[in-house]
Amino acid sequence: MRYLFRPPATEAAGLLSLPWHQPLEEWDEALLLEVPQRGISRHVVRFTASEGRVFALKEIAEPLARHEYALLAEFEGEGLPSVSVLGICVDRPDDQQAILVTRYLEYSMSYRYLFSGPRAADDPMKLLDTLVELLVRLHLAGVYWGDCSLSNTLFRLDAGTFTAYMVDAETAERHPTLSARKRAYDVDLARERVGAELMDLQAGELLSPEIDPIEIAESLPIRYEALWEEVTREEVFRADEQAIRVAERLQRINDLGFDVGEIELVTSGDGARLRVETRVAEPGQHRRELLRLTGLEVQENQAQRLLNDLRSYRAYLEQRGGSPVPEAVAGHRWVTEVYLPVVGAVPDELAGRLEPAEVFHEVLEHRWFLSEQAGFDVGTWVAVRSYVQNVLPRMPAQLTTPSVIAHRSEAR
Amino acid sequence: MASIEMKNIVKKYGDGFPAVNDVSLDIDEGEFMILVGPSGCGKSTLLRMIVGLEDITSGDMVIGGTRVNDKAPRERNLSMVFQNYALYPHLSVFENIAFPLRLAKVDDAEVQRRVNEAADVLELHEHLERKPANLSGGQRQRVAMGRAIVRQAEAFLFDEPLSNLDAKLRGQMRTEISRLQRRLGITTVYVTHDQTEAMTLGDRVCVLRKGKIQQVASPRELYEQPVNLFVAGFIGSPPMNFLPAQLEGSRLTTPFGDIELDERRAAAVAGRDLLLVGIRPEYFEDASLVDEAKRPLGSVFTARVDVTEWLGDSQFAYIPYEAPDEIRTQLRELSKELDSEELRTQAIVSIDATSRIREGRDAEFWLDSRKVHVFDPTTGDNLTRDADAGAELTRMAAEDRVEQVQSAEGEGISAA
Repeated sequence: MRYLFRPPATEAAGLLSLPWHQPLEEWDEALLLEVPQRGISRHVVRFTASEGRVFALKEIAEPLARHEYALLAEFEGEGLPSVSVLGICVDRPDDQQAILVTRYLEYSMSYRYLFSGPRAADDPMKLLDTLVELLVRLHLAGVYWGDCSLSNTLFRLDAGTFTAYMVDAETAERHPTLSARKRAYDVDLARERVGAELMDLQAGELLSPEIDPIEIAESLPIRYEALWEEVTREEVFRADEQAIRVAERLQRINDLGFDVGEIELVTSGDGARLRVETRVAEPGQHRRELLRLTGLEVQENQAQRLLNDLRSYRAYLEQRGGSPVPEAVAGHRWVTEVYLPVVGAVPDELAGRLEPAEVFHEVLEHRWFLSEQAGFDVGTWVAVRSYVQNVLPRMPAQLTTPSVIAHRSEAR
Repeated sequence: MASIEMKNIVKKYGDGFPAVNDVSLDIDEGEFMILVGPSGCGKSTLLRMIVGLEDITSGDMVIGGTRVNDKAPRERNLSMVFQNYALYPHLSVFENIAFPLRLAKVDDAEVQRRVNEAADVLELHEHLERKPANLSGGQRQRVAMGRAIVRQAEAFLFDEPLSNLDAKLRGQMRTEISRLQRRLGITTVYVTHDQTEAMTLGDRVCVLRKGKIQQVASPRELYEQPVNLFVAGFIGSPPMNFLPAQLEGSRLTTPFGDIELDERRAAAVAGRDLLLVGIRPEYFEDASLVDEAKRPLGSVFTARVDVTEWLGDSQFAYIPYEAPDEIRTQLRELSKELDSEELRTQAIVSIDATSRIREGRDAEFWLDSRKVHVFDPTTGDNLTRDADAGAELTRMAAEDRVEQVQSAEGEGISAA
């Protein structure tokens, strides 16, 4: 047998002792982790934990495994929203298929939960839009998915909004740019898959009755086209409105969650033609800033939220001390005096239902809500207590992220 | 159901490299056409141009009489079968087949009619109301096929559908696809790199090499009357043996003795010096086991056997031979191009399973010289190909096919 792992793969060491020579289906259950609410897969998929981390193992033909391994590694390097791949095991005895190992996307939710949960009917189109955004992002990067579906996507909360991640790249292809034909075909496959997946939930009485699968499926191509147009269209305008129109366009693209890599402005006698090159990677400005100041790794919207709180804490420290506080000092103090105590207030039995940064975001929201009701600022600690008592328990236990479950069963 | 005509199709990528180069191919209504060749031969690109996934650089793609070059994949109404098929656990088998129609808002009576019809052909009737969880591998694939059938597509397209299945299911599915295609009589284009799949499935097989068509013919014509070294080497397993030969009059001198050519073939190769003789493994026999009546039709030679492989019902002997450097290079390049690993200066010969020929000893072999082909080592052309005999083989295959489709229609089963 042969194992190919991508560094940093120290975490892989613990995996080497697993019975790779056996078919996944025959693995001892004690080695595996039950992960609820998974999507539909054509392959045998199992989960396992090692040194506090959770991994997904998929049995799949070797050429496909190698292909997917290479592509996912590439995507991760470029910051495309996809799961992170650890490695593959090939040359297994008795002509068995290869096994692809990916890192489990912690705190992720499947469409099954999202479309059947209590909040689903609020705005199913919003969820669809996160999938559409993912597809647009991949297409901008020249990636043809070939199997875009809800099953092949995982969703993560990012300061109250959802971000979608590509989970399965088996059929994906990389091209320098993607032709309109390939995009259209990909969108068409997605439309059909999404429709079928929702009809499936409906048949299993798992879909909120307000949601119409056909309506959602039909709106996918329309929403895709609208977003694609928005982030790629060339614009022509008069010379005198140039400055304002360029700024507006960039703002609009940023608001949609995309970064602009390069803008090209060609002027002529009667006006200007604007072409923007939309960047495909996840926007990361706030993420990087927060990482630099605090060492915390979170998602972009969460980072923006946390940075705002960090800044107001710094202002508070300066005001109280009467002298300037360096950025780095403020960052360190905010982590130890605010962030960690807040996320640490979550009792063990509720741990793992939400990502810590998302808990922090929700506490800030809750504080705002309580303060509105009270007519004065109730402060962070009142908000934390109330949140942990009244709000967080409403998150279903089935959302508990696998690494926390694994940790609990190890502790037992 | 429709015919597919390709006229001078070219596909060039950004760097100007022609992945498909001037391909003209007519696929008849109801025909099962295989596109086969080693990786990089352009077969998948060609299929993707039929589907509409790749732009066509030049040439015409005509489906059912309409030029479709500028039509989007959706507008072509073709069905890629098995691609990314998923079974939905809460949907009945019926709905697993019907959902594309539901999404297209086809009325219920029509959905019932089409799904029931498809289920008849697929023999899935008794499973229709059940959930798909307990279907066998083959039945699952049939559900995927059912989806394609109810769409009433103009043609079915398969892109290496069996390459990721295990050997057992692969064999089953091959039979299944072949049987269903004949029952449905639907135009089918099937891409594979596997010559066994090509030979067993297709009415006609189109062999591609570096973006160009080498030969389009029935499997038997490809086997018996290949146009060149490439086709001869690609079709057949174990592959055809190629021996260097010097020509003197109508006699070829080879490492396995002299071979006398008949008048027609002698005329075809006249005036040349160094040649390659192509001999299929089954044209050889253990000389001691050849019928006296047959013996004069071939030649006998003695050679040292390197290895024998006894498989119960058959037996192979491996006989190394010497070849001049230029021939060695030529053969090495051919093996490389065919994605095959062996260096072909070793003949693989089929001998009767009862033969006592043993490894490491000299043995006497008989060679049926009536069926050998002679190739030009420089151009690769088959100099002795009998085009009329080849055409006759393909005509016979077409006749069989018409008969099969008619008998399927007689049973009242057809797709649309």
